[in-house]
Amino acid sequence: MSGSTVLLADGTLSDFGTKFWDVLQALVIFLGVLALIFFAAGRAVGRFSRPLTIAVFLGPALLLILVGLIVPAIRTIYLSTKNSDSTKGVGFDNYTWAFTNSDIQRVLINTLLWIVIAPIVTTVLGLAVALMVDRLKGQAIYKSLIFMPMAISFVGASIIWKFVYEARDPSQPQIGLLSQVAMALGWSHPPNWLLSIPLNTFLLMVILVWTQTGFAMVVLAAAIRGIPEDIVEAARVDGARGSKLLFRVTIPMIRSTLVVVLTTIMIMTLKIFDIVRTMTNGNFKTDVLANKMYSQSFVEFNNGRGSALAVILFVAVLPLVGYNIVQLRRERAVR
Amino acid sequence: MRLDFPSTRRRGLALLAPAAAMVLVVAACGGGDDDSSGSAAPTLTGNCAKYQEYAGHKGTVTLYTSILDPEATSLQKSWAEFSECTGITIKYDGANDFEAQLPVRVQGGNPPDIALIPQPGLLQRMVKTGKAVEAPAKTKENVEKYWNEAWKNYATVDGKFYGAPMQSNFKSLVWYSPKAFAQAGYKVPTTWDEMMQLSDQIAAKGQKPWCGGIGSGTATGWPATDWLEEIVLGKYGGDVYDKWVSHEIKFSDPQIQDALNILKNWYGNPKYVNGGFGDVKTIATTTFQDAGKPILEGKCWMLQQASFYGAQWPQGTKIGPDGDVFAFKLPAVDPSVKTPVLAAGEFVVAFSDRPEVQMVQNYLSTPEWATSRIKVAPGWTSANSGADATAYSTEVDKLSAKYLTDPEATIRFDASDMMPAAVGAGAEWKEMTAMFGEGKSPAEVGKAIDAAWPN
Repeated sequence: MSGSTVLLADGTLSDFGTKFWDVLQALVIFLGVLALIFFAAGRAVGRFSRPLTIAVFLGPALLLILVGLIVPAIRTIYLSTKNSDSTKGVGFDNYTWAFTNSDIQRVLINTLLWIVIAPIVTTVLGLAVALMVDRLKGQAIYKSLIFMPMAISFVGASIIWKFVYEARDPSQPQIGLLSQVAMALGWSHPPNWLLSIPLNTFLLMVILVWTQTGFAMVVLAAAIRGIPEDIVEAARVDGARGSKLLFRVTIPMIRSTLVVVLTTIMIMTLKIFDIVRTMTNGNFKTDVLANKMYSQSFVEFNNGRGSALAVILFVAVLPLVGYNIVQLRRERAVR
Repeated sequence: MRLDFPSTRRRGLALLAPAAAMVLVVAACGGGDDDSSGSAAPTLTGNCAKYQEYAGHKGTVTLYTSILDPEATSLQKSWAEFSECTGITIKYDGANDFEAQLPVRVQGGNPPDIALIPQPGLLQRMVKTGKAVEAPAKTKENVEKYWNEAWKNYATVDGKFYGAPMQSNFKSLVWYSPKAFAQAGYKVPTTWDEMMQLSDQIAAKGQKPWCGGIGSGTATGWPATDWLEEIVLGKYGGDVYDKWVSHEIKFSDPQIQDALNILKNWYGNPKYVNGGFGDVKTIATTTFQDAGKPILEGKCWMLQQASFYGAQWPQGTKIGPDGDVFAFKLPAVDPSVKTPVLAAGEFVVAFSDRPEVQMVQNYLSTPEWATSRIKVAPGWTSANSGADATAYSTEVDKLSAKYLTDPEATIRFDASDMMPAAVGAGAEWKEMTAMFGEGKSPAEVGKAIDAAWPN
């Protein structure tokens, strides 16, 4: 870019300097061009001014969406009809493989289990905690404690839980918390947790639940706070108590928030990758779609199959995203 | 919808936000270009005189590899003098996800000048992209002169030779504790039968003779593929091994099935494993790094693992024939196979034919460089027969080098590194892990791997 002569044995500092100078130059040139465009746009009057404003505003966003989303999506769909190194067209072979191979069937079943169970458990737990904590003194402390795991990345959380699930022969000193607790409770031969099919998939879901319950709790607690006091009072006057109040008043009032939380976690679950990759790498029948997609594309280097799995994932996420957006809009309209 | 703006100036500022974001994207894509100046070769004197043949090609060579510290620092030290004297700077770039990133960089038109490729399978794929450059004549000459013939073939695609081997790992080792063996009165086995008798002898005392672990994050399963390779090579020899690698002999073939069953009676034998960890299944959940630790605690007696396992022992562990741990050569399953040696390592492959790049390729193929690296730090061995064998500072390195440079040995490269990635880094790892972790039968394992072999 700058064409500067690089001296031999130059240190990282001067390398950094060169790069920094390059970046600075690029910035100045870019801002200059932008200033020109804005100046021209600002000068435009009459019937061109409005379309021009729209173009200047939307242009960069549209360009980024095109480059970062639309073009790659189309290319992925195209590649999914090609063979492993994208040199020959194979039609729908990759999709046939995905739906007939027993390994991938297992992956699809696992993914289905994940998107059904994990979000529901998370949301229900989040709601329960929100309702309970709401009445406690010093709720801020409990809330922050439950919310805290959310600050940990999935990989970090997985490594923590890997230690929890670590299994050793009962005759050896245990280093896994779960095994030790199980033995303290009188279970003399606890299983090797991560090898126990199908329990292991559920044990992996625990990690997602652990990190996301805080998110569900915070959002739902805010929604519960938002229920007008007079409605609750009126219900009380009418004799609604306990579970009746919860199921007839509170939940219907926060329904749209519940749906948004549920679908948000569902979308997150569909894309779940880090937990499975860190905990088992998809071994012991715990693999899910996103991890299989990665290993097909970047470990086994089969572009066609990897792309086909990506397309399946994409199609599966689409209705959820759509529904989520509709609900968000509805919620906003209510407020 | 109608948009109202308080003033034009505010509008301009608001517009800068997406613009700034764009700049970051653009700037991240711009890389600096380096110039290399070619001029008449100067005469090098003093310490530098020995680098005369590389003089006159100043420049920067980018080197991309999966090798990280501490080995990365040792490598850079080993060629520091070369760089200083010749003016050829080697820009070292180590990455954890090298295997996934190299194809992306090469296909994306941004290849490194030199890549250290640890799998012949990946090397072939890179050659197929058309971007890899044939090795210079001098490098080829060095490899023909100093290496066992098998090595050159692993870097040869369609009759063209692409790169010299760099490091060579010796895999056919069994780690044990000489102290514990001496105390118990056990002798180091020299044949497969002796090794099994010793295992039975230990098992009869109610102890587990073997420990093992195949956990390795996203590469879980590789140590198990090594065990299978040792058995195939040690029982059926080089020819069957080669045909197995090229899938002329399938995993469901009686010979490979036999090897899998031998493995099942060895590392899959509940009487033998898994000392210090639990039952056979724990092999799948124990990391290969942890696998040998019970040897130090007296809970396990032997571990089959490569020479590089030497770096895994806790600090202060004395490694040597009279120390806390040492290794013996894994005996051949069938004594008629002449010294089976399973090896692995990297190849120096170039994606540019600039003279300074070729100089680096040439230098890295010389015995002088190998000796220079050996002197920096232990734990590194070369199959270069010209390297100074007396420079090795540890007994394990000496032992490894002895077998790696043995012209009579049946040397073969790690099979899973040569098979297509769908098998060598996919199905074989997964299925072998399932064999230990889920108790999958050898017949099912063989069938599943064969099914995954690309057409």
